[in-house]
Amino acid sequence: MPVETTLADSLCAHGISRRGFLKFCTMLASLMALPPSAVPAVAAALEKAKRPSVIWLSFQECTGCTESLTRSAAPTIESLIFNVVSLDYHHTLQAASGEGAEAARHQAMQENWGKYLCVVDGSIPIGNPGYSTIAGVANADMLRETAEGAAAVVAVGSCAAFGGLPYADPNPTGAVPVSELVTDKPIVNVSGCPPIPVVISGVLAHFLIFGGIPELDTLGRPRVFYGQTIHDRCYRRPFYDKGLFARSFDDEGAKRGWCLYTLGCKGPMTYNACATAKWNQGTSFPIEAGHGCIGCSQPNFWDAGGFYQPLSLPTGAVTQTAAYAAAAGAAAGLAAGALYRRHKHARQAVHESVTVDDLEKPDKS
Amino acid sequence: MNSVDFLQWVRGPAFDAAVVIFVLGVIFRLFGILMLGKKPDLAEPRGGEWGPGLRTVLSRSLPDRGTFRREPVTVVAGYVFHIGFFITLFLSAPHIELFHAWFGLRWPALPTPLVDASAVITLLALVFLLAYRLANPVRRFLSGFEDYFVWGVTLLPVLTGYLAYHHLRLPYHALLALHILAVELLLVAFPFTHLMHTFTLFVARWYNGAASGRRGVVS
Repeated sequence: MPVETTLADSLCAHGISRRGFLKFCTMLASLMALPPSAVPAVAAALEKAKRPSVIWLSFQECTGCTESLTRSAAPTIESLIFNVVSLDYHHTLQAASGEGAEAARHQAMQENWGKYLCVVDGSIPIGNPGYSTIAGVANADMLRETAEGAAAVVAVGSCAAFGGLPYADPNPTGAVPVSELVTDKPIVNVSGCPPIPVVISGVLAHFLIFGGIPELDTLGRPRVFYGQTIHDRCYRRPFYDKGLFARSFDDEGAKRGWCLYTLGCKGPMTYNACATAKWNQGTSFPIEAGHGCIGCSQPNFWDAGGFYQPLSLPTGAVTQTAAYAAAAGAAAGLAAGALYRRHKHARQAVHESVTVDDLEKPDKS
Repeated sequence: MNSVDFLQWVRGPAFDAAVVIFVLGVIFRLFGILMLGKKPDLAEPRGGEWGPGLRTVLSRSLPDRGTFRREPVTVVAGYVFHIGFFITLFLSAPHIELFHAWFGLRWPALPTPLVDASAVITLLALVFLLAYRLANPVRRFLSGFEDYFVWGVTLLPVLTGYLAYHHLRLPYHALLALHILAVELLLVAFPFTHLMHTFTLFVARWYNGAASGRRGVVS
């Protein structure tokens, strides 16, 4: 597809009607917290947007992020937006392989130097460069080389954003997130395991519409998609507020759709758009399917103390620790008391009684 | 260390350490007090010990009329603070989960808006009591560093819990971490300050009541 083709042309070629396109623009505008009056501007900008060059680097990952975006029963506009960017390099999707694939990457970098988007999924092992290589190039080197000429880097998925599963204790490969290796480029963390498709395409759409990256939160995630917790937007929230909890996955509470907090739901600490954007073309999200949120868009969610352990619980074996401490405290208290008694008795033993005669004043005469 | 690592640290090693200091310290002090013992009383008892002891535990838990007349504000605000604190601590769902994991006991939680309201009342009572203490020169003179320190470590868990519930200022996980850290500070300070009154006051009331009962006088 020639680079000059606009997004509108591409969507039209894929049989997307103008109504469908405007619906998508409206959804994007609302997701990005733009006023309804901005929808025509969004549509106009998207229609005219030229296909940006995208270089997608896959490192220590499971391809789930690509699956999230491309695997849908019917092609969605999100995936088409993704299709119509000039995806010049992507292991899983590109036809070329070997040297041809690497040549495509170098060519795209040269032709679009300073303008292309570098999308990364997967963490980067720095424990040993040989742990993960592509065409003989270590992941870290390929990332540094590709990021150098990028307009921005998009870390797609929790592995690229925060290290993810490879980064989990004991992190055998010395995995690091993109942000530890790329420090001189704007980085957008699109976390999630995998991220919501519309969030990935939303970031790309933002780049197309506004020519830059969206406003980010303290963890480098677009505030528009990661501004609220799952818990705050959860349809089960009223049950939390009423104190009604499911105690197991098949008890009466679970059947009535009560809150899953006690079953380890990490919704209160997880910032993502699952409860609003939902999955599978807006069908549902994990809590709606009866399982608590595992907090996959948060850093270190694998090591956050067990998926089925309530958030308010300590992660250690506190009861056992407390029992030892109580025994030690009792022993120390008894020993201190015994020492005090011994001291008291010793003092009593050497105590000399004073008689009235001792107190009698010596006669002055 | 980012805020998520910090949360893991306060939920893990820091919490364990705080619990060890708290449990060890409290039990050590209680055993130490009990080991002081009592001199054998050779006089013939003029009444029982248990009945009057328990009665005094109850009677001294209720406001004394004279004290109430002299210091109604202290008594009312003190009760409001303690009741609010207990509701917030023992009847909020996330806290009950903690006690369940700890002792295996579980009881029904209050709806969160009520717990929220009790937290606000607790905070207001604490702030009011501090202002009341500072406003009076005699009370100010009688107050030392420990009084203000204990006030602070009691206020912080309630305040951070309130902020965490409402996601004010910081993301929830950061506030939750600060909340747990505040509780750990309270636990660590507990055995070494007059926060120990939680464990000693009923024993002390019983002791006074029992001693009076034995002598056949009203305590």
